[in-house]
Amino acid sequence: MSTNPLEQLKTYRNLTSQRVSQISPSGIRRFFDLITSMDGVISLGVGEPDFVTPWHIREAAIYSLEKGYTMYTPNLGMPELRHELSRYLNDNYNLDYDPGGELLITVGVSEALDLAIRAILNPGDEVIMPDPCYVSYSPCVLLAGGAPIMVPTNQENNFEISATDIEGRVTDRTKAILIGYPANPTGAVMTRDKLAQIAEVARRNQILVISDEIYARLVYGVEHTCFATMPEMKETTILLGGFSKTYAMTGWRIGYAAATGEIIAAMTKIHQYTMLCASITGQVAAIEALKSGDSSISEMVEEYNKRRMVMVKGLNDIGLSCFEPKGAFYAFPSIKSTGMTSEKFAERLLIEEKVAVVPGSAFGQGGEGYVRCCYATSLADIEEALARMKRFVTKHQVA
Amino acid sequence: MIKKILKILEDDARITTKQIATMTSLPSNEVARIIKQAEKDRTILKYKTMINWDKVGNEEVWALIEVKVSPQRNVGFDAIAERVYRFPQARTVYLLSGTYDLLVVVIGKTMHEVADFVSQKLAPIEGVQGTVTHFMLKRYKEDGEILEGKEEIKRQPVIL
Repeated sequence: MSTNPLEQLKTYRNLTSQRVSQISPSGIRRFFDLITSMDGVISLGVGEPDFVTPWHIREAAIYSLEKGYTMYTPNLGMPELRHELSRYLNDNYNLDYDPGGELLITVGVSEALDLAIRAILNPGDEVIMPDPCYVSYSPCVLLAGGAPIMVPTNQENNFEISATDIEGRVTDRTKAILIGYPANPTGAVMTRDKLAQIAEVARRNQILVISDEIYARLVYGVEHTCFATMPEMKETTILLGGFSKTYAMTGWRIGYAAATGEIIAAMTKIHQYTMLCASITGQVAAIEALKSGDSSISEMVEEYNKRRMVMVKGLNDIGLSCFEPKGAFYAFPSIKSTGMTSEKFAERLLIEEKVAVVPGSAFGQGGEGYVRCCYATSLADIEEALARMKRFVTKHQVA
Repeated sequence: MIKKILKILEDDARITTKQIATMTSLPSNEVARIIKQAEKDRTILKYKTMINWDKVGNEEVWALIEVKVSPQRNVGFDAIAERVYRFPQARTVYLLSGTYDLLVVVIGKTMHEVADFVSQKLAPIEGVQGTVTHFMLKRYKEDGEILEGKEEIKRQPVIL
């Protein structure tokens, strides 16, 4: 009989909750442990801009610290930030959100997503989402006691989720559709027509839509459509966005939710008891970002676009067929020609050629047979990575 | 499209025609043709490398010289500017608004050499009223590049 108090406790009850236990840790973790122990690795793994936050934004934050802005902010976020955000959404999408109750500033979009799901879900409620999709979508639903319902998407359809496929999965427990376009991990962008079809399904079946638009500004040669601009959808859409990707502000952790007052009020309840408010320094930086206009964004997009072209052509040239991603900063090539699973491919590529990519299976079953390559890294690194991948693929090509 | 190509080349002169073709979705020979044409009509002036000469202990003396001139009938400042920029010692020559007219950048091996140029070549030019020579003490940033103390920012390990 153990005398260790922890072991004793565990003979009576589970240490951790069932809800948490049912969630598997991120499949990518093992890789990253490996990467940090190796030298000379080119990482196409991390979904993060390789730019630092523009100086004028950092400067505004530093100045605020000098002036002593170190306190809590209102739960909803600083009034000036909500005001600027309201103006931004109006300028860009012609949407009217009341800064007094229809906007909530969160700790990154990640928190906003969690809040949105917890605010609307009852145990057993279903949320329909594309597969593959961002790693947190399904766990957030599970942690809220809901059930994620996956809709497979594929390369043939440019990884767009189809309205028909969604409707086929609607039950009387369906509470929401959760989409995120431009998409992580695929880089897919939905056309306005296809989004309109989804809006139609949502309206017909009385379900909410959560639209994660963190990559809204990173689109190439196409226009981003904000889901809340769909006819009659503003009231039933929870729009999520943030500053991380657009302004290279990942570490500041500032995101937001825009929705009807009742939903924002519900989300705010959770936010105020769990997070209280987002960091004031980050919020000050976000205000500066919104006030400064878009010139730094277009420069960044132009730079990503160059890399995107090199990445996509390079992957296709070495026989990893890759559809043209129109948004975000990911390419999602098929590795099926190698006969390996995506996890095997990623692991061996890392060990043999020191190139880190993320196995598509980390983003759901639908990602099996693909890997995610982030091109938010220098052109020189992209080209070197492609050269190494070519060597790898040639070596492992199945006849 | 030519602007896009020029922008790419301005950032990195060593980039290949093939790479530009990939980035712009143009055929390689079309990119080559546009670049040739731009070289021919002197849209592209030359390809050069930015070097921090301090790193190899190559000491140069840089001077910015303010030149006040009296413009001449019919030709304005241009004739005097030409007299100035004909000298190879004058690396850069700008016409400016404000308290003086021409800004001339001169790079020499020694202070003496620069001083000689100013006193014996530049100042005596007809129409030059006066010069003020500023010797450069330190270059912090050149053409968008910080010369020293630029930190490499490393990504933190994160799972997402």
